[in-house]
Amino acid sequence: MTEPVLSVRNLKVEFASRRGTLRAIDDVSFDIAKGEVLGVVGESGAGKSVTGLSVIGLIDPPGRIAGGEIRLAGLRIDNLPPEEIRRIRGKRIGMIFQDPLTSLNPLYRVGDQIVETIRTHLNLSETAARRRAIDLLAEVGIPAPEKRIDGYPHEFSGGMRQRVVIALAICAEPELIIADEPTTALDVSVQAQIISLIKRLGRDHGTAVMLVTHDMGVIAETSDRVAVMYAGRVAEIGPVQDVVRNPLHPYAKGLMGAIPTLAGDDKRLVQIPGSMPRLSAIPRGCSFNPRCAFVFDRCRVERPEPLPRGTQSVACHLYDSVPAESAA
Amino acid sequence: MLAFTLRRALQAIGVMFAVGIIAFSMFRFAGDPVNQIVSIDTSAAEREAVRKSLGLDDPVPVQFVRYFGDAAQFKFGVSYQFRQPVSTLLMERMPATLELAICATIFAMVFGILMGVYSALKRDTALAKLFQAVSLIGISLPTFLIGILLIYLFAVTLGWLPSFGRGEVVKLGWWTTGLLTLSGLKALIMPSITLGLFQMTLIMRLVRAEMLEVLRTDYIRFARARGLTTRAIHFGHALKNTLIPVITVAGLQFGSVIAFSIITETVFQWPGMGLLFVQAVQNVDIPIMAAYLLMVSLIFVTINLVVDILYTVVDPRLRSTVGRAT
Repeated sequence: MTEPVLSVRNLKVEFASRRGTLRAIDDVSFDIAKGEVLGVVGESGAGKSVTGLSVIGLIDPPGRIAGGEIRLAGLRIDNLPPEEIRRIRGKRIGMIFQDPLTSLNPLYRVGDQIVETIRTHLNLSETAARRRAIDLLAEVGIPAPEKRIDGYPHEFSGGMRQRVVIALAICAEPELIIADEPTTALDVSVQAQIISLIKRLGRDHGTAVMLVTHDMGVIAETSDRVAVMYAGRVAEIGPVQDVVRNPLHPYAKGLMGAIPTLAGDDKRLVQIPGSMPRLSAIPRGCSFNPRCAFVFDRCRVERPEPLPRGTQSVACHLYDSVPAESAA
Repeated sequence: MLAFTLRRALQAIGVMFAVGIIAFSMFRFAGDPVNQIVSIDTSAAEREAVRKSLGLDDPVPVQFVRYFGDAAQFKFGVSYQFRQPVSTLLMERMPATLELAICATIFAMVFGILMGVYSALKRDTALAKLFQAVSLIGISLPTFLIGILLIYLFAVTLGWLPSFGRGEVVKLGWWTTGLLTLSGLKALIMPSITLGLFQMTLIMRLVRAEMLEVLRTDYIRFARARGLTTRAIHFGHALKNTLIPVITVAGLQFGSVIAFSIITETVFQWPGMGLLFVQAVQNVDIPIMAAYLLMVSLIFVTINLVVDILYTVVDPRLRSTVGRAT
């Protein structure tokens, strides 16, 4: 297998707070191959966005990467000096944020923002950059780009603004796009367009995509593989059809049970009781144990490590037949 | 855009009309003007003649319309004290006040924005904390005290700068300027600092707060994710967004700089409109007081109008909503 575009190993992210250090990301590992879309799913606060931000080096103090490593095509990027990671941002890693309405600077024309980004990363003249900006706007599906390029952000609708944001993210042909809830702020019909746009761009340019969302439907439609996150850890990771059809982790089972089907059977949707623990009160052992229907003694004591299971990998004691010594 | 400007201009005229009523009523409530003009031993018949010649025996509305009509042509009557047309007196004094106010505002803007940006970007440095402390002093110390302290230090103790007056001035038509002579420039330093210090600290605190606010916004985060240089983010994206409220405040403050120059002008015996006004108050010279009131409010109203229009120039969002609304 060739080297993955993105490789995250044992990533730990901590936030210093008045009541001690909170660990937002604990021992997260995953790879994304060229042209692959990895969906990252989980409840709010599971650490999805923080994972994305730490890859692109935008964790602000008091947060910091406390351990592990992040490699972009083999190059370690989690410990680069600020100026070097700055050069990678936007050029080799593009990022799309949740809210297109606030992602663009309201005082600058969209064209100026695109040209500015292009010229920061590529050695192009003003006119060449502008031509490229028009091409990009056309590629992301903005009609009459040679006119719209001189518009201000407020003259664009939400969906169109997200297209501009995507154009900005891909303007230097990055190897990796991190899309942090790219459709959450949009209405449903526009969501589908944006999703297929991201998918198409990933396919056409061979770009790896890390798609962060809490919408299982979006993941099922777009991703090749999916990582289910819970309380700062990866509960389960695997090819999307396997995880959706045959989830292993009790939390993943709960999530899949909560997707309504179009088949029309009026079964009630399954609900996972309780809510995710706060970072300051993560239980001992498996962090999911207070909400888990299959909980047993070992779960309350020992933290499960990821175990390979077919094409999937799951962090749950249910799948570990070897009893641990500390289980007593 | 044109309709917007016209509407604002009409509102401005309405405000000026209201101020005119207040200025006019000063004549009616601050005692009988005839008593101010004539001496004690003037006969009743002579008083009546003066009253008639000034039109003071006409009905009040007639007097008001006459006053307002004259004021609109910058005729404010004759000063009781100087026996000269008030407009001539004001015109003589205005360049001094405007020069002082403009220098003070430039001082306040330049240092306020620089210090504000610095203390927002380098929040935790000792210098930023010092700026914060200095700004507290600037905001809480009264103007006259700062002026007197400056005089004590730079004029009395060190003898570097003159303690009063405008220095040598050069006449350019009706305008007199102190900007072209060394003594004029030296004389301008301390009054400008005294007058501008409050505005400077205000602008500094505003810039700092706005900048910190802007740096937290999504579009700054996105600009960082796009890999723009820190310089481009701070001075291209953040500062421009910060300056919108700063323009408003600085613009509106320019009016109060002129109005509050009364104190600075008194401390430094600066021969401007403010000093003229203070002397007029001491001598119950109502035409000057009323004219000063009208002039200052005219400046205020004009500045408001200009700021409103400037706003639409800086912020494209406003431009189009204004266009749509009209």
